[in-house]
Amino acid sequence: MASLAEELRATVGAANVLTAREACVAFECDGLTAYRHVPDVVVLPGNAAEVQAVMSICHRLRVPVVARGAGTGLSGGSLPIAGAVLLVLARLNQILELAPRRRLARVQPGVTNLSISKACAAHGLFYAPDPSSQIACSIGGNVAENSGGVHCLKYGITLHNILEIHVVTAAGELLVLGSEMGEAPGYALTALLTGSEGMLGVIVEVTVKLLPRPERVELVLGAFDDIGACARVVGDIISAGIIPAGLEMMDGAAICAAEAFAKCGYPTAAQALLLCEIDGGDADVSHQLERVMSVMQGAGAIYLRVAADASEQLRMWSGRKAAFPAVGRLAPDYYCMDGTIPRRRLPEVLHRISELSEEFALPIANVFHAGDGNLHPLIMFDAGKPDELQRAEECGNRILELCVAVGGTVTGEHGVGVEKLGPMCTQFGSAELEMFHAVKRALDPHALLNPGKAVPTLARCADYGALRVHGGQMPFAHLPRF
Amino acid sequence: MERDATAKLTERVQAAAAARTPLRLCGSGSKAFYGRPVRGEPLLLQEHSGVVDYDPQELVLTARAGTPLAHIEARLSECGQHLPFEPPHFGPAATLGGMIASGLSGPARASAGPMRDFVLGVRILTGAGQVLHFGGRVMKNVAGYDVTRLMVGALGTLGVLLEVSLKVLPRAPDQLTLTFALSAAQALERMNGWACTPLPISATCWDDGRLYVRLQGSAAALAQARRIGGEELDAAEAFWTSVKEHTHPFFHGAGNLWRLTVPSESAVFDVPGRTLMEWTGAQRWLVPDDARAELHEHSARAGGFATLFRGPEPEPSGEVFAALPAALMRVHRELKRTFDPYAILNPGRLYADL
Repeated sequence: MASLAEELRATVGAANVLTAREACVAFECDGLTAYRHVPDVVVLPGNAAEVQAVMSICHRLRVPVVARGAGTGLSGGSLPIAGAVLLVLARLNQILELAPRRRLARVQPGVTNLSISKACAAHGLFYAPDPSSQIACSIGGNVAENSGGVHCLKYGITLHNILEIHVVTAAGELLVLGSEMGEAPGYALTALLTGSEGMLGVIVEVTVKLLPRPERVELVLGAFDDIGACARVVGDIISAGIIPAGLEMMDGAAICAAEAFAKCGYPTAAQALLLCEIDGGDADVSHQLERVMSVMQGAGAIYLRVAADASEQLRMWSGRKAAFPAVGRLAPDYYCMDGTIPRRRLPEVLHRISELSEEFALPIANVFHAGDGNLHPLIMFDAGKPDELQRAEECGNRILELCVAVGGTVTGEHGVGVEKLGPMCTQFGSAELEMFHAVKRALDPHALLNPGKAVPTLARCADYGALRVHGGQMPFAHLPRF
Repeated sequence: MERDATAKLTERVQAAAAARTPLRLCGSGSKAFYGRPVRGEPLLLQEHSGVVDYDPQELVLTARAGTPLAHIEARLSECGQHLPFEPPHFGPAATLGGMIASGLSGPARASAGPMRDFVLGVRILTGAGQVLHFGGRVMKNVAGYDVTRLMVGALGTLGVLLEVSLKVLPRAPDQLTLTFALSAAQALERMNGWACTPLPISATCWDDGRLYVRLQGSAAALAQARRIGGEELDAAEAFWTSVKEHTHPFFHGAGNLWRLTVPSESAVFDVPGRTLMEWTGAQRWLVPDDARAELHEHSARAGGFATLFRGPEPEPSGEVFAALPAALMRVHRELKRTFDPYAILNPGRLYADL
């Protein structure tokens, strides 16, 4: 490690290589704080060429590299690994070009999500994906995780809003993928790299698509005394031919927590509420607003309100956006899940989650992207009590298995990281997992980029599956057990 | 018509893998002109057909890859929905698999986004004869690498598509097409200006001194949008279909047809010949007078790419798509080897050595 650190210092400057434990400890975890490891070496390059140089050195010395943006990820994607270099991209924080006429911005990976929309607001444009961490999270991390947000149903996830990315490979080569037009000859590598969790390359530049701000935005809050009825309204709105900009649902526990925390005017007697944001041209919005109101009324809404103005919209959103910290006040710890399911299964899945909450004796609040079927059950627990973290994790795994069983996925927008390696074994068969490993080998033959994350080894799945026997057959029966 | 031929196709591919026999993947043949010629035994895919799952409320449709595109669009239309990227068929029996493999989007691409964005999941047969399933039938899914979208535009060189899940959307209630007499340069200026505003433009096309602008939304929204002027086009649907399907007179003439993808504001190319522009200027169809016009170079200088879309005169290099930088081509070769270790799936269709 000593000669590695020397080489890195010579490349990026001594001030940008950290090896002292007290300096490195700041990088010991990302947003998934249950997992921590103090990195041995932290390197902070200042530009793409330095990233290439760092990667070349690590490649030559066969030292693994974990890339990190702002460290807000929720699945441990940038959790340091023993013996690896932690490559922090925070210093690459410049907006390189803002081209309003071409509706795009070229930015370095350390630029924060929100600052892009701020920079182009004066031109009547915005960058659509808005993860709840948008004030802090970086665009490079957004691409690595293929982040979502509350406006995905209409505006798509990160992949749908980026045009070109520059990627440094494990060997230090620079690849330009996509183009200003959003397409390029050859394979769709922008898609492959987006959401690859730092396993296939390091993102050093991103060209994002900017959209004209909609003429008009309206926000409706509808509350219901039955969670199933509320869940059915989600499908009814879409069946009416309306694609809301946002369609968010909260259950009774989340409503009360958010109201206590944010004083946002939520009806606390309700069992569930929907926040439905509609945007577009003036006439289209009027037309759709009427339809949404009548669907909610028809479904027996006990409370229905359209925000009077922009400031009331902000207040209505504030409860939803503060829901995680609000739930955080109800218990010493919470564990946030991220499964996605077909929308039509919402009522039964929510019911089953409440049964799991009882089974594990852990309260669960639900606050989620209902329009996308992307659930965020928050399992409350106390890590100070023996076995509670383990119970919460097991409860979470059961929820994710339920998502897979109804035709969904174990992660909609947070990524697999280290957190969902077990549940990945439920979603994919061994042949698919082997193909993922083969894809990684194609780009990173020496397994230097974020090794061990995102895709479980078959041995790990054998371990995970040992407790779960499907149809009388052990999964991966040919593998040795540990 | 509804039939699952997975077992038979798997057997065929496994036998071909064992014997190292190259296969030429055949749907209806509607896009057989696209890409480089392939020598191999035909692998017929049309019989693997049928819509597997469609629930309008989910906005997701899953179908076997041999399903006729026309059948899928009719099913969607019954429920007021559509494929937002308006894929060209180029033939009456075009299949879902051919649509994905060619990756071509139609007039709405500039507003709705490319086909790639709407593909949620795939079941494929690898060149080793393995049936694999990636992605899913839900809107948001970041579990595992996005192998699903890697299949879009791969021209069958990475896998035989068996089943595809697509995100679909409600059709706009109404649409309206306005036309303006403008030069190409004026049209570029006008289209790019509008694109920065929230006007509900769903397609643009410039041909022979006339700009066509399609707007969509509620009747009230269209009434408002009329303020941009122009004359209303009758038979607008037939016009856009003719542009999408290349039955428009522009596409009738002889000569090589090139597709250029360039930054939308790029100046009009100084190449003698005919031009039709779409996608706010980002997609340009060119039929140069001189078959040796250096369109790869012209496009590259503008920051874009050229494709020899179809035509009688192949390039001297034999390539159809723009050349890739060496490092990028290496990644392509490695991926090809990963999915098709014996190089039996449409070898050479995309590039000579893929």
